Amino acid sequence: MPDDDATPEAEPEAASADGDAEATVASAATTLDPEATELLARLEAQLGDAVIEHGAAYGDVVVRVRPDAWLRTARVCRDDLGCDYLSFVSAIDWMPAPLLVDEGSGDTSTPAQPRETTYGTAGSDGRYQVFAIVESTQGARRRMVLKTDVDEQDLRAESWVSVYPGADWHERETWEMFGIEFDGHPALRHLYLPFEFEGHPLRKDYPLLAREVKPWPGLVDVEPMPGEDAGEEATPAVEAP
Amino acid sequence: MIAFDIGWGTTLAIKAIIVLAIVPLTALILGYVFLLKMMSHMQSRLGPMDPGGFHGWFQLIGDGVKFMQKEDIMTKEADRRVFALAPAVVVLSTFLVFVVIPAGPRLVVAPLDVGIFYALAVSSLSVIGVLMAGWASANKFALLGALRAAAQLIAYELPLVLAVVGVVIQAGTMNLQGIVGAQQNGEIFGWGGLGQPYILTQFIGFALFMIAAQAELTQPPFDMPVAESELVAGYMVEYTGFRFLFFFIGEFGTAFAFSALAATMFLGGWSVPWVHGSAADVLGPLVLFAKVMLVAFLMFWARFTYPRLREDQLQALAWKWLIPIALINILVTGVLKVAF
Amino acid sequence: MTTGTELPPPGQLPEVHVDPSMLRQLAESQVNVELDTGDMILNLGPQHPATHGTLRLVVRLDGERVIAADPVIGYMHRGYEKLTEFRTYPQITTLINRIDWLSSFANEVPFISGAEMLMGIEAPPRAQYIRTALTELSRIATFLLFLGEMGLQVGAITPAFYGFRDREYVLNLIEGVTGGRFHPNFNRIGGLKDDLPWGWYSECRSTMAKVLASCDEFENLVVGNPIFEQRTRSIGIIPAELGAAYGVSGSNIRASGVDWDLRRDGKPYLPYNELDWKVWTHPDGDSFARYWVRLQETRESARMVLQLLQQMPAGPVMAKVPRIIKVPEGEVWVNTENPLGEMGYYIVSKGATGPFRVKIRSASFSNVSILPWMLRGVYVPDIITILASLYFILGDIDR
Repeated sequence: MPDDDATPEAEPEAASADGDAEATVASAATTLDPEATELLARLEAQLGDAVIEHGAAYGDVVVRVRPDAWLRTARVCRDDLGCDYLSFVSAIDWMPAPLLVDEGSGDTSTPAQPRETTYGTAGSDGRYQVFAIVESTQGARRRMVLKTDVDEQDLRAESWVSVYPGADWHERETWEMFGIEFDGHPALRHLYLPFEFEGHPLRKDYPLLAREVKPWPGLVDVEPMPGEDAGEEATPAVEAP
Repeated sequence: MIAFDIGWGTTLAIKAIIVLAIVPLTALILGYVFLLKMMSHMQSRLGPMDPGGFHGWFQLIGDGVKFMQKEDIMTKEADRRVFALAPAVVVLSTFLVFVVIPAGPRLVVAPLDVGIFYALAVSSLSVIGVLMAGWASANKFALLGALRAAAQLIAYELPLVLAVVGVVIQAGTMNLQGIVGAQQNGEIFGWGGLGQPYILTQFIGFALFMIAAQAELTQPPFDMPVAESELVAGYMVEYTGFRFLFFFIGEFGTAFAFSALAATMFLGGWSVPWVHGSAADVLGPLVLFAKVMLVAFLMFWARFTYPRLREDQLQALAWKWLIPIALINILVTGVLKVAF
Repeated sequence: MTTGTELPPPGQLPEVHVDPSMLRQLAESQVNVELDTGDMILNLGPQHPATHGTLRLVVRLDGERVIAADPVIGYMHRGYEKLTEFRTYPQITTLINRIDWLSSFANEVPFISGAEMLMGIEAPPRAQYIRTALTELSRIATFLLFLGEMGLQVGAITPAFYGFRDREYVLNLIEGVTGGRFHPNFNRIGGLKDDLPWGWYSECRSTMAKVLASCDEFENLVVGNPIFEQRTRSIGIIPAELGAAYGVSGSNIRASGVDWDLRRDGKPYLPYNELDWKVWTHPDGDSFARYWVRLQETRESARMVLQLLQQMPAGPVMAKVPRIIKVPEGEVWVNTENPLGEMGYYIVSKGATGPFRVKIRSASFSNVSILPWMLRGVYVPDIITILASLYFILGDIDR
């Protein structure tokens, strides 16, 4: 079993190293590649105020557009920006994951995520966001990360199938994993999961069923190691819920 | 040679037993030598090495025993009688071909005057067996395979027959003993040392016969009906146990039969030019066996090398290429036969 | 008795000029109507020798022609994106090995590069060179398998054995470095677990010579085979723009003439620009082109590995990283040219020891999504050829 978190002596060194790293990381995180700057300028010229916010992710530009301009964005990307290649369409659920372990309990079964809700690059309007990445096969390093908000009460977004036919399967997967309906999609049906499956697994409030069935770290009913008594447990630190 | 009097009934019985015994034996030998050993060595592996000690010679016999003792499974929707009869029909056609193949001047079950015609006619009975198998299996994959097989086998009957016509014209007879005799006694430009194996003059016919035989046996490159990676054994997919063994014996027995026919018609069969009479009765089978092995080697070599042709490409090959070439071959042979 | 529509009596039908090709099509359709036996629905898979794994293809056939095809996937869905939310970064490395299991080292590289970018750590040059070498070795291993088994799917049994035999040499190399043939789990954030062992250079050189000889053998045996050409030329053509709109990537799109390779055109994640190599494309876009492009890329990868061995810098293989890896907040997108195509990870981190959300973009998912479009009107044997030439791995589709 790994030890507990860093001991107090190690902490100041780790903090200073982190401080330097954070500075360089922050600068790298906020700079845009020249191609990305150009793409952003052209996109804003076409969409105008449909662009709510934009940010940078290590050279790539992340643009958040208004939900009613989602399909228009796709068209602009394919026709005007020359991004003919669809990488994927998916969604993010920004709700913090429910607490499975207590901070400092020594349980390493799950990384402890921050409890407050923060939104990533280019922000978000609510819990769900649909995001997509388009790239260009002509010319190097032309790619855009596009995000749009989804109203939590009415989980809908515009479908990209009429612009990028490959969005068909991606939107089916996003629907079955998050529950977001895509207007204009010919047939939203299950892709990975059996057709009678209930629930949307990638939502943060949907539990990881494997952990419900069997507590971490998995096999606890093994024979004791040679040298240990039959009464001792092999893994004392983890307690079954 | 053996000069005591046996009645025709006893002779018939002996001949029947010999044929019944020879067919599985030949299937075994061909299967082991070419399928297990030659294929393995070509694919840089060894093949069976353990069963029987020396290079796994017992493997196929063991396989045969294994097949015999398996459970006889038949799906509920299958047509019971047709399902059971289909392998029998296929093997029957194999047995019937062996009836005319001569292994020596007196070693032939029935020296029919329509020898080669009868052999080809009877070998096409297997098409019925294949269709029966595919239909009675009540399985879409099997049906697809059977329909492909029927189309293919019927299409390639024509090049097979036409290729043989050239030989018949040159020999002047359809009797297989007569064809062998013509080759043995023939001369190449006046020199009788090698006889006149028809492969020298009928090389086109030989090529056509080999290609058509490959297709008749549904071996790659013509194994669409049994396409392993698509239909998973095609029309044979629902067969297990000894019924599958019948199909297996039918396939390899027919391969031997066609190789024997090719050896007889093009390479001189059991004959060696300067050996006649009783000595030929003893030497004949061995010579025939050697020639059959040679022809079968070519057949199986093509089997392991080439990918399979698609159904329509296969049909196009037969109808657009093989049949016109065969017809031209017959024309040229006829003209040359009359001229010389 | 009324018949509904009244036809003009014979002899008074209007003169219509019909295109000869239309006449032929009309004649063919007439025959089909007479022999009409109704459509048949055939289920290829999920257990089938031709579908590489548990892919189920429901096709509606008219005789031997496909009217419609619908791939059903998800038989191997392991829920990786959900699992990554419950794991730390080193634990995730173990998981993602198994996405594309034939070239498992290559799966780790984009994820590790993304985590390193978020942390601001750069792996030392020697580690990057070894990573490149192992990625290219994985590419060679996968492609050798492909070169063999595409022959098998088309009907030639023998190339498959040669493919597997030659792949063994490369797997021995990978095992020599990482200790694992299939799932090396060798990348660490900041570099690699270990350095190269003694004797690996010479072993690698001789293996690359074997690989190049093996490619020549495949060229003779398979590419030069007229029946193979007949089975693969003009079968399964992917037009370049449509392929890009579907997200088809890798050798599949390069075989349609698109000159796009993320090793050269993407964000630099490994030192490919320090090597002298070439991107191979083919204008046709059919199955033969896809086979040919992968054959050339195998040769190119072997040459790249030889160059890497020559230019390998000395130095450490691991940068200084804290013991407990906490990746700072941020989002990053890293995509790489994996053997199957473009593989990418969009990592959303909130400063914990594990990511908040990881979106795994796998190549085969998009490569297979074009199947319903591509399989209309082809023969049943061509389905097999097309499936084989697209070269997908079920773990990559299903994640």
